[in-house]
Amino acid sequence: MENLIALLVAAPLLGAAVLLCGGRRLDRGGHWIGTLLAVVSFAVGVLLFTDMLGKDAEHRALHQSLFSWIPVEGFQADVAFQLDQLSMTFVLLITGVGSLIHVYSIGYMEHDERRRRFFGYLNLFLAAMLLLVIADNYLLLYVGWEGVGLASYLLIGFWQHKPSAATAAKKAFLVNRVGDMGLSIAIMLMFTTFGTFAFGPVLESTADTSEGMLTAIGLLLLLAACGKSAQVPLQSWLGDAMEGPTPVSALIHAATMVTAGVYLITRSGAIFNAAPDAQLAVVIVGAVTLLFGAIVGCAKDDIKKALAGSTMSQIGYMILAAGLGPIGYAFAIMHLVTHGFFKAGLFLGAGSVMHGMNDEVDMRKYGGLRKYMPVTFVTFGLGYLAIIGFPGLSGFWSKDKIIEAAFAYDDGIRGWIFGGVALLGAGITAFYMTRVMIMTFFGEKRWQPDADGNEPHPHESPKSMTIPMIVLAFGSVFAGGLFSLNESFVKWLEPVTQFEHPHPVISVPAITASTVVVLLLGAALAYVMYGRKPVPVTAPRGSLLTRAARRDLLQDDFNHVVLVRGGEHLTRSLVYVDHTMVDGVVNGTAAGFGGLSGRMRKLQNGFARSYAVSMFGGTAILIAATLLMRAV
Amino acid sequence: MSASAVHSLWTTAAPIQKIDAPTIEYAQLLPTLIVIGAAVVGIVVEAFVGRKVRYYAQMFVTVVALVAAFAAVIGLAAGGHASTEAQIAAMGAIAVDGPALFLQGTILLTGLVAVFTFAERRLDPEAHGNRVDSFTAQAGSVPGSDGEKAAVKAGFTTTEVFPLALFAIGGMLVFPAANDLLTLFIALEVFSLPLYLLCALARRKRLMSQEAAVKYFLLGAFSSAFLLFGIALLYGYAGTVSYAGIADVVDGTVQSIDPALADTMGNDALLLVGGAMILMGLLFKVGAVPFHMWTPDVYQGAPTPVTGFMAAATKVAAFGALLRLLYVVLPGLRWDWRPVMWGVAIVTMLIGAIVAITQTDIKRLLAYSSIAHSGFILAGVIAATPDGISSVLFYLGAYSFVTIGAFSVVTLVRDAGGEATHLSKWAGLGRRSPLVAAVFAVFLLAFAGIPLTSGFSGKFAVFKAAAEGGAGALVVIGVISSAIAAFFYIRVIVLMFFSEPKPEGPTVAVPSPLTTTAIGVGVAVTLVLGVAPQYFLDLAGQAGVFVR
Repeated sequence: MENLIALLVAAPLLGAAVLLCGGRRLDRGGHWIGTLLAVVSFAVGVLLFTDMLGKDAEHRALHQSLFSWIPVEGFQADVAFQLDQLSMTFVLLITGVGSLIHVYSIGYMEHDERRRRFFGYLNLFLAAMLLLVIADNYLLLYVGWEGVGLASYLLIGFWQHKPSAATAAKKAFLVNRVGDMGLSIAIMLMFTTFGTFAFGPVLESTADTSEGMLTAIGLLLLLAACGKSAQVPLQSWLGDAMEGPTPVSALIHAATMVTAGVYLITRSGAIFNAAPDAQLAVVIVGAVTLLFGAIVGCAKDDIKKALAGSTMSQIGYMILAAGLGPIGYAFAIMHLVTHGFFKAGLFLGAGSVMHGMNDEVDMRKYGGLRKYMPVTFVTFGLGYLAIIGFPGLSGFWSKDKIIEAAFAYDDGIRGWIFGGVALLGAGITAFYMTRVMIMTFFGEKRWQPDADGNEPHPHESPKSMTIPMIVLAFGSVFAGGLFSLNESFVKWLEPVTQFEHPHPVISVPAITASTVVVLLLGAALAYVMYGRKPVPVTAPRGSLLTRAARRDLLQDDFNHVVLVRGGEHLTRSLVYVDHTMVDGVVNGTAAGFGGLSGRMRKLQNGFARSYAVSMFGGTAILIAATLLMRAV
Repeated sequence: MSASAVHSLWTTAAPIQKIDAPTIEYAQLLPTLIVIGAAVVGIVVEAFVGRKVRYYAQMFVTVVALVAAFAAVIGLAAGGHASTEAQIAAMGAIAVDGPALFLQGTILLTGLVAVFTFAERRLDPEAHGNRVDSFTAQAGSVPGSDGEKAAVKAGFTTTEVFPLALFAIGGMLVFPAANDLLTLFIALEVFSLPLYLLCALARRKRLMSQEAAVKYFLLGAFSSAFLLFGIALLYGYAGTVSYAGIADVVDGTVQSIDPALADTMGNDALLLVGGAMILMGLLFKVGAVPFHMWTPDVYQGAPTPVTGFMAAATKVAAFGALLRLLYVVLPGLRWDWRPVMWGVAIVTMLIGAIVAITQTDIKRLLAYSSIAHSGFILAGVIAATPDGISSVLFYLGAYSFVTIGAFSVVTLVRDAGGEATHLSKWAGLGRRSPLVAAVFAVFLLAFAGIPLTSGFSGKFAVFKAAAEGGAGALVVIGVISSAIAAFFYIRVIVLMFFSEPKPEGPTVAVPSPLTTTAIGVGVAVTLVLGVAPQYFLDLAGQAGVFVR
């Protein structure tokens, strides 16, 4: 069985190679190849999963060693895979949602002449993401980590003719580099500390390692997670990443890649468990991002950017849960999976709406679409109910648990603070998602002919798009309940992540009740603001906070002033030093040698007699030196 | 002398001393015998074969001889003469061992490639309907005279260059294998004299060519005199000219002292002075500072194919002889010669690299580059370890092919006056002839020692050997010189690719397959030894043991 693991990565990798190297011959059928290979990967995942279920919990992890990658004495890097319950969860999510999104893209990208290339990139992404989650050591994980970064870059900038897309791709890439640097330094520290990168030895020997080193590694891993998962302070790229085609936003920038940070922290749980300071940092980052993303999501009129803010916020929940230690890991992953379903569904719904609205993304120009696209409306609506945590749906089960765990951070003030933030976040989520829902599907139609006189004719999307949405809607509704039945998900992950029951500062029923109350309040507020009166087509000026939130809470301004300006000043002074001092030394040396050369070549005067004198003198010196050497 | 003694010389019945006929191991001397024999055949061809077919006949004889000699070298090496069966042949005159065979093989291959460039006849425009090569129509005619014009008109060519090259190669084959000082000297003269002649035979710029030849001859004779004087002093010191015999005296293991030399034998002053003079003679041939002054003038004046041949093969032969001298004769004097050679290596590397910076003629530039390379090779020689020997052998093999290739490219870039060697004319060559410029860039990168070229592998090998042999400081200076040298190599590349071509710039001649082969072999060896040097490093490593 374990020999099949490599096939998970190999299938999409083959697809990427074939599609990207195959040239125009594959233009007509390329998307089928890509989709087929994604489905193959999913099928292998399911096969491995059923096999895994047949074993008892302690012996489920599979291991496959492929080949020795860098065999140097004292530095052994192997290409080896480890498939345990945690990896398996990710494999199913990635290949399952990935396959659905491949199918969806067939319809969505139908009119794009570079569709083959798009599927090649998607397959490349799948291969890299799968490599990331099944690698058995940090170095190989890093390969996958960089691979998804590359795929993300290529896909955000897929419509590279748009300057905004090219810029967004570059921005995502650059911001991610900061995080990647954290990961690479963390791996180097691991190597110097533990002498290996393999998960097993590293995570087992945390007990013998100083807490300071573990804290350093933990913080660097957190930096990496912030980059990939768009957490404060490296959150700024995610909103712009929505320039990519919508299936990309659904798959990479909502369901899978952006959750890699959660995977990294959960996988490295042993390190964080032994470094409470790093853990606290994780929780703070999660809590801050949770509010940050939610606030940004409230102000955006661009449907995809509103959803991007929401993604950021939901991942904030996961990071927060992962920072709570054994009481939170399982819920972080559970929320990650349910979020994968409903957020992918929401994005596909948004894509479907755009598809019917001539690629319009401004929600102020939607309105009343429920009549025109009923399937999209229903599936989107179910996703909406799931994400706000409506009782009984997926999001309720996972998010409610995270809020409980947050209240259980400790018995004192921190438990109250983190629990309160998580609870508040739930309210804001309900507010902004209700706002999206109302602005898009309810009220009067607000669209008008564009400058060329083309009026959108909203219509339901083709089957290839609606079927994935329906499948994901099922996941949005039932996954959470299924996972919580008899605590099955927690027990499934327990051998990998450990589990302790949280003991919140207030009773669990009280938390659940207040969660429901808060979300109802949020939804009601949104209804009052957007449902009771017509939505203006041009955005009102808004309060100071609204305006700031529209500008992503000034994240780019902050980066510009602090980092860009600061960097410019730094480089300018470095350039000055370079020009005056370094170049001075270099040019001076060169000029010195040049002058020396000019003088020495004068000795070469062309007269045989002076050459002979030089030889004679040379011989004399040679003899004298030899005799001198003997004398001393 | 008393009367009776004189009388006894021709009257007495005292037992006549029997002279034993020398035993000669012909099989082991086969490579040299083939080449020298072919040279003699070449002279006969010159005398008796008609002018029309002489060129082809000479080509045939030369190429066949070189290939056969190379096959003989391979045969000897395969027969174990490079390792277990290494021995001294011809009554102690010639050593047949790993270094000798490795260097002979290298010399034969570079000689073969060089002969291809000698035979090139498509570069110059036809003169009076005859294809011409790089050599003068009639060496005896006064430059610019009516006689010269008549010779050109008659379609004369100097096909003597082929037997001359064969004689030179023959001498070079003996030089690194010479196992006594007299053989060393004879070999030196045998390969030097033809080279002096070859230098004088340029078709264009004949006065410059003749001046170069005369300078080379004068200075060569001067250095030969030192060498010979050194041999005499060593004979006085050891009572023998055999390498092994001298080494025994140096080590103090010799018992019997020739009564006639009782006063001088074992006198260290003779040894040191004589040794230094012999060293000087060899350093002159490799172009080490301060015995390098002939190099730029001769390299510039000589016909370019000859320059390539000299720069490659002479250096191989001379370094081979130098290695044998230092490792077989004078190892007991290591503490005396090493510091001196240190000094020579340092000034050679530095002066070669520094003076090259301001050169404006491509051939002079390559001459100074060759001086700097001599310095690098000396660093490997100084290592005084087995690795030192093998690294020098490898470096010589790698360097000689790059050199011939580079000078072959120089023959292609031409204007109305023949080869356009002034650097300013090479500006923008990359735009006009990207292939030729790219090939030349490969050679320059190899000279500079950039990785993935043979220059890097070679330099790395000698510097590594030198560092392990305790010459770390030398390596530092070597790397600094390499950096200085890289400047002018890269400058030529920049000139070729990044400056605007001049309107009246030179043209690049399309060569015949002969020169193409020479350049192609150069590129191939450069890249193979750069990318996968291990096999050849191993080969040189196995060949790196001298027989004594």
